[in-house]
Amino acid sequence: MADAVFVGLPRRLVKLTVDGQELEALEGSTILEVCRQIHIDTPTLCQLETLTPVNVCRVCVVEVEGSRVLVPACSRKVEAGMRIHTDSERVRHSRRLVLELLASSVDMSLCSREVHGWMARYGATPGRFGAGVATVAQPVKVDNDLYVRDYSRCILCYKCVEACGVDAQNTFAIGVAGRGFDAHISTEFNVPLPESACVYCGNCIGVCPTGALMFKSEHDMRAAGTWDEAKQAVTETVCPYCGVGCMLELHVQDNEIVKVTSPLDHSVTSGHLCIKGRFGFQFVQRRRP
Amino acid sequence: MDIRTTGGPATADEVAAVDSVLGEPDSLWEGGERTPADDHVAYGGRSTRTRRHLLLPVLHAIQDRAGWVSRGALEYACRRLTIPPAEAYGVVSFYSRFALQERAPLALHVCDDIACKCAGADELCAALEQGFGPAGKDWHRSPCLGLCERAPAALVERSGPDHAELQVAPIDIDVASNVLRGGDWPGTTARHLPAQGSRKLLRRVGAVDPDSIDSYRSHGGYAALRRALEIGSEGVIRELTEARLLGRGGAAFPAGRKWDSVARAAVRPHYLVCNADESEPGTFKDRVLMENDPFAVVEAMTVAGTATGCERGYLYVRAEYPLARRRIESAVVQARRQGFLGADIEGRGVSFDIEVRRGAGAYICGEETALFNSIEGKRGEPRNKPPFPVQAGLFGKPTLVNNVETLVNVLDIVLEGGAAFAATGTADSTGTRLFCLSGHVREPGLYEVPMGTPLRALLELAGGLRPGRALRAVLLGGAAGSFVTEAQLDMPLSFEGTRAAGATLGSGPVIVLDDTADLKAILLRIARFFRDESCGQCVPCRVGTVRQEEVLQRLLKNGGAESGQSDIALLSDIAQAMRDASICGLGQTAANAISSALIPLKVVHQNG
Repeated sequence: MADAVFVGLPRRLVKLTVDGQELEALEGSTILEVCRQIHIDTPTLCQLETLTPVNVCRVCVVEVEGSRVLVPACSRKVEAGMRIHTDSERVRHSRRLVLELLASSVDMSLCSREVHGWMARYGATPGRFGAGVATVAQPVKVDNDLYVRDYSRCILCYKCVEACGVDAQNTFAIGVAGRGFDAHISTEFNVPLPESACVYCGNCIGVCPTGALMFKSEHDMRAAGTWDEAKQAVTETVCPYCGVGCMLELHVQDNEIVKVTSPLDHSVTSGHLCIKGRFGFQFVQRRRP
Repeated sequence: MDIRTTGGPATADEVAAVDSVLGEPDSLWEGGERTPADDHVAYGGRSTRTRRHLLLPVLHAIQDRAGWVSRGALEYACRRLTIPPAEAYGVVSFYSRFALQERAPLALHVCDDIACKCAGADELCAALEQGFGPAGKDWHRSPCLGLCERAPAALVERSGPDHAELQVAPIDIDVASNVLRGGDWPGTTARHLPAQGSRKLLRRVGAVDPDSIDSYRSHGGYAALRRALEIGSEGVIRELTEARLLGRGGAAFPAGRKWDSVARAAVRPHYLVCNADESEPGTFKDRVLMENDPFAVVEAMTVAGTATGCERGYLYVRAEYPLARRRIESAVVQARRQGFLGADIEGRGVSFDIEVRRGAGAYICGEETALFNSIEGKRGEPRNKPPFPVQAGLFGKPTLVNNVETLVNVLDIVLEGGAAFAATGTADSTGTRLFCLSGHVREPGLYEVPMGTPLRALLELAGGLRPGRALRAVLLGGAAGSFVTEAQLDMPLSFEGTRAAGATLGSGPVIVLDDTADLKAILLRIARFFRDESCGQCVPCRVGTVRQEEVLQRLLKNGGAESGQSDIALLSDIAQAMRDASICGLGQTAANAISSALIPLKVVHQNG
């Protein structure tokens, strides 16, 4: 007989109500997971399945009866008897304001179509704070050949810090520095990346939701006006460098690889790669003279 | 962990400062010189990383010695503690007391917060600007320094081997100029308690010698600890529950319930934290207690620690209270020497000890979970709750966190019994309460009155307004509190009484403003305060406090103009999102004072 396999402790089901709908959810799951199971589209910015929740963007807040303030769906675990409202006036108000506050201070133009959809859904009009309000606008940091950092697009979701740290790479080249509105992502003493501990795995680019971190190739093509996602094909392959078997998605435009990603739900990579898989693709397109 | 350091070596002074906290390094693996043995054995990884909580003490040592934290110094500290430099840089840049640029050894921090504004801080700052250039070089503007009864106030510090700090209050331009020109520092300016008010918590203040444990014991000190050890943990918690003591830090949580939860928590070890990061503008009660009756704080912590199964307690005192810190540190040493702290307290086989930790200039660290992070050597960013501190607090363990005043109340509860304690005050708010009166009253100072005393009576105790002046408003609860008007003066100062009136006691600050007060300037100061003190973690607070200040500035500039009405609505929109969606109490209350003043106090007019 084969050895017994430990499959974990059994998890109970708890009863709760979401928007009037009674349902049962696995104990220990988050409100966000439950919302997604029943197809309630919940906006998120700082949340990612592969990272520890930091619950800082507050765009996923929901109303839980009996709670004085709104609670972040991404990290709050379900409890028996919870009565949750995901579309109340208070929820809509806070989600709208969070999106407005962000969009009035950060360049969010490269965010996904989803994010722009949420802005429309909640009626976010970032312009209403008036002209001349404080923003995080600043020049793009180009200090290496592989990727650029455009912190005027940074919403401070902490994802890159987590991916650089214990959630993926354990390199700790960047952290959150400063305080309040001056808080920003930085290396120690703001030194350029080549002087820092960065190993160029690019996992920060992989998790950035706003395009603040970008392949240099993409950045240059955008500057030249040649970046065109409609013309890009994505080819899946396995990284040729070592035996781990990371899955690569090669984004190809005009028969040139322009960037490399890995699927978030891939069992080997969880979306993360190393410098070779992420940036070492030039040999493929090396053409004979 | 592979720590990459490229900033060059630390100076001998900086190395000495770091080593004064950590001791000399044992090996290459801990930042020392390479020895042949290091080529064959690697050690210290985990044990070094568990010293992460020493980062702030190390940074203080560097700052005190060198006057700023250079790259070389920080990287040496990182190698010693196995902390990635980028992360340590995030910590240094979070706290306003650490400088990241070289600056003059002498720094003067001048308070320009509400109470000091009422006492001419703006004029003082203008004069300093004229004589010494704009703030940020030789002198710095500071939020409330907790010396409001002697406003205007300043804190002077000198870095170097002879590092020194001194609170100077009241300060005028002559004293300030003299200090900045390198002259002698003025003597310590103590101030006696006002003669009025009760004397329960404050009974030893002024009577006892704060530097002598014998004096404390001759004033009845350590009787409560003896009694607490007699009646045991359950007895103490029963008395506390019967006393119905509510927390004095601002949240008014029932102390008995908190103690009970920690005492019962299965996970070990338990930690005790005394929150002495008193930073709410207008609050100075904990400073008066710590400066004048430090042994009471130490004894109360010992009672709390032994009753809830903690073996270690931390007292986190704000950076701006050097005298309080010194006195508490000396009290801890004396108590340890006499067997009131340590491995076998009073020969009863219980063990408890206290470590004093120094804040570094961040209002947010008064928030309990931010305070935990700060003790752990991290940025003072609040954590999301749940889990609550009683489940997972300091170092992720069950933690009892109480304010200084709350803890000192426990001594009387243990001695006289919970029922007797509850006889004072109102049905829902028992005991006495310390109120910090400042601003336009004749006798500013710390007043103790039974809970439920009407605000009017408290103002009368302080001698009322100056002659010929009319009351404009009272700011109750500090920047996170709200303004009340003449019509609300009969409000009883109890938790339920203020709640019914839509106000809050907060941490007990009562800032009185007469008709000479510039309310617009005060509101803008409050808005700037929150903008400066937001930790920056969550969006509603990080951007909301900035937008709030910008819109308020615009609104107050063009008064009742057409755009004013939409700005009033905009402010209220921002306020609601900050209240509903912020992670912690700072963001949730950042709009309170401003919303309570704008329309009710007719700072601006609302049409229709």
